[in-house]
Amino acid sequence: MTDSPVWQPTASRGALKSRAQQLAYVRGFFCERDVLEVETPVLGRHGVTDLNLDGIPAEVKAAGVQGGWLQTSPEYPMKRLLAAGSGCIYQIARVFRNGERGRRHNPEFSMLEWYRVGMDDQALMAEVSDLVCGWLGCERPDQVSYRQAVMANAGFDPMEISDTDLKQYCEQWLEAEQLADLSRNDCLDLVMSFAVEPTLGLERPVFITRYPAAQAALARVSREHGHPVAHRFELYINGLELCNGYWELTDPDEQRLRFDADNQQRKAAGKPEMAVDEAFMAALNAGLPDCSGVALGLDRLLMLKVGAKAIEEVLAFPIERA
Amino acid sequence: MASYSTNEFRGGLKVLLDGDPCIMLENEFVKPGKGQAFNRVKLRNLMTNRVWERTFKSGESLEAADVMEQDMEYLYSDGEFWHFMLTDGSFEQYAADAKAVGDTVKWLKEQDVYTVTLYNGAPLSVTPPNFVELEVVDTDPGMKGDTAQGGSKPATLSTGAVVNVPLFIVIGEVLKVDTRTGEYVNRVKSS
Repeated sequence: MTDSPVWQPTASRGALKSRAQQLAYVRGFFCERDVLEVETPVLGRHGVTDLNLDGIPAEVKAAGVQGGWLQTSPEYPMKRLLAAGSGCIYQIARVFRNGERGRRHNPEFSMLEWYRVGMDDQALMAEVSDLVCGWLGCERPDQVSYRQAVMANAGFDPMEISDTDLKQYCEQWLEAEQLADLSRNDCLDLVMSFAVEPTLGLERPVFITRYPAAQAALARVSREHGHPVAHRFELYINGLELCNGYWELTDPDEQRLRFDADNQQRKAAGKPEMAVDEAFMAALNAGLPDCSGVALGLDRLLMLKVGAKAIEEVLAFPIERA
Repeated sequence: MASYSTNEFRGGLKVLLDGDPCIMLENEFVKPGKGQAFNRVKLRNLMTNRVWERTFKSGESLEAADVMEQDMEYLYSDGEFWHFMLTDGSFEQYAADAKAVGDTVKWLKEQDVYTVTLYNGAPLSVTPPNFVELEVVDTDPGMKGDTAQGGSKPATLSTGAVVNVPLFIVIGEVLKVDTRTGEYVNRVKSS
C-alpha cells in the first residue's frame, strides 16, 4: 500500500533476449509450414461465458459500441476467420484474465494460438511436440489419459467416483463448509492442481488427453469405454501446464447448448451471465471447417527455456510493476 | 472490520483464522487454464507461533486482524507487567504480560527500543532489535596470555542473559550480542 514504486524490470537481459529469440523461432516454425500469421482484436465487444475465466471489462465508447472486454483468448475471432476461408492460421496474442496472479500467472500474458484445418487432435499433438521439443530440445511427450493420470496420482477413478467420495477425498485440503459449495468439476480441479499436476511431465513431457465431457469446453466429445470423453489435450512439462488443445466442436447447436450451460453455472455461482458472441455463432452456422486448435502459454514456454521458477523472471514488468 | 478476498492475499497480510490473529507468510495461486482457482496459503498463528497451511477457493475472504507493529521504549517492570512507551512523542504506555514478553525478557534494557505487536490494542508479542549492547555483570576472571582465538566461557549480562564469550572478557565490559542467535558479536568500546 505504501510500497514505493519500483521502475526496474523483473526479467534479466538474458531472459528478454530469449523472449525475442522465441518469437523469431515461432514465426520461423509456422512460416516453414505455411501457416498464416493473423491479428485479431485484443479489445472485443464480447467476453466469454466460461465459468472460470474472468475477463477484464473495458470502457469503449466508439461507433455506438459501449463497454467491451479485453480478450481472454483470440479463439472466437480466429474461428470466424477460419469460417471465412482463411485456411490454417496462427496468432501471437496478448490475452487478459482477471484475478490471476501467482508463480505461473499474470493477468496479462502472451498466448500462441493456432488452428490446423483438416487435422484431428492426434495430428495437432504431433505438431505441438515438434514446436515445443524443437525449441526446448526436450524428449517427445508421452500420452496419458486424464483418467489414468488421476488414478495413478490420486488413487481413484474420476469417471466413476461418487460426488460424496470425491468431496471426502478433498477434505485433505478444504474444510467441510468450504466444500459445500464446490461442484464436481471444482473438486476435480482441486485434485488436479494439488495431487496430479505437480507430478506431470517430471521425467519427460506428457500430454494429458481425453478429458471428462463436463470439461470439454470447445472440444468435440466421443464415447470411450462407455464414458463420454472430450477430444481435448494439455501438455505438461515439469509440472507446468503449457497448452490446451481441442479437436474443435463445429456443431452450432451443441455450441449454443454449452454457452447456455456455462451461463447457468455462472448464475448459480453468483457471477454475471455473459452475452453470447452472436457473430461467432453466425460463423459457426455458416460453417467452421473441420479443424483442431491449440493455445499455448508463451511466457511459460520461456520459463522452461530459461529455467525460471516464477513468471516474473521472464516478464519485463509483471502487473505490480506494470 | 475489513476483510480480504483471495485476490488481495499476499505475504505480510494480517488476518483472523479460527478466531486467532495470523500473519500470511506465503500465498500460492493455482488454477488449471479453464478450471477453478485456489489459493494455498501459509500463515503463522501469532498467538501460538504455529505455522498453518490452508486452502481457499478463489473468491473466499478472510477477516482482517487488528494487528499493528509499533516501536516502543522499554520503561520498567513491576514484577507482573513490563511497561513500554510509544516513541512517537505521544508518551502513550502499554503493559505487556509475561506471555507477550516471552523470551525477549532476557534482552530487555531500560530505554532501548523494541517492536511491540499490538492485537486489538493490547501487546501480543515483543521483538528485540537484532543486536543489543549489554554490560557483563558476572564472569570468571580473564587469564593472562589469552588471545581472541582462545576458548570461551559463560558470562552473565545485566539483563540476566547468559552468553558464551571469549576468555579475555572481564566484568564491566559492554558487549554487542545478536538476539536472534544469542551469540556474542564483539566488545563495544566505552566512550
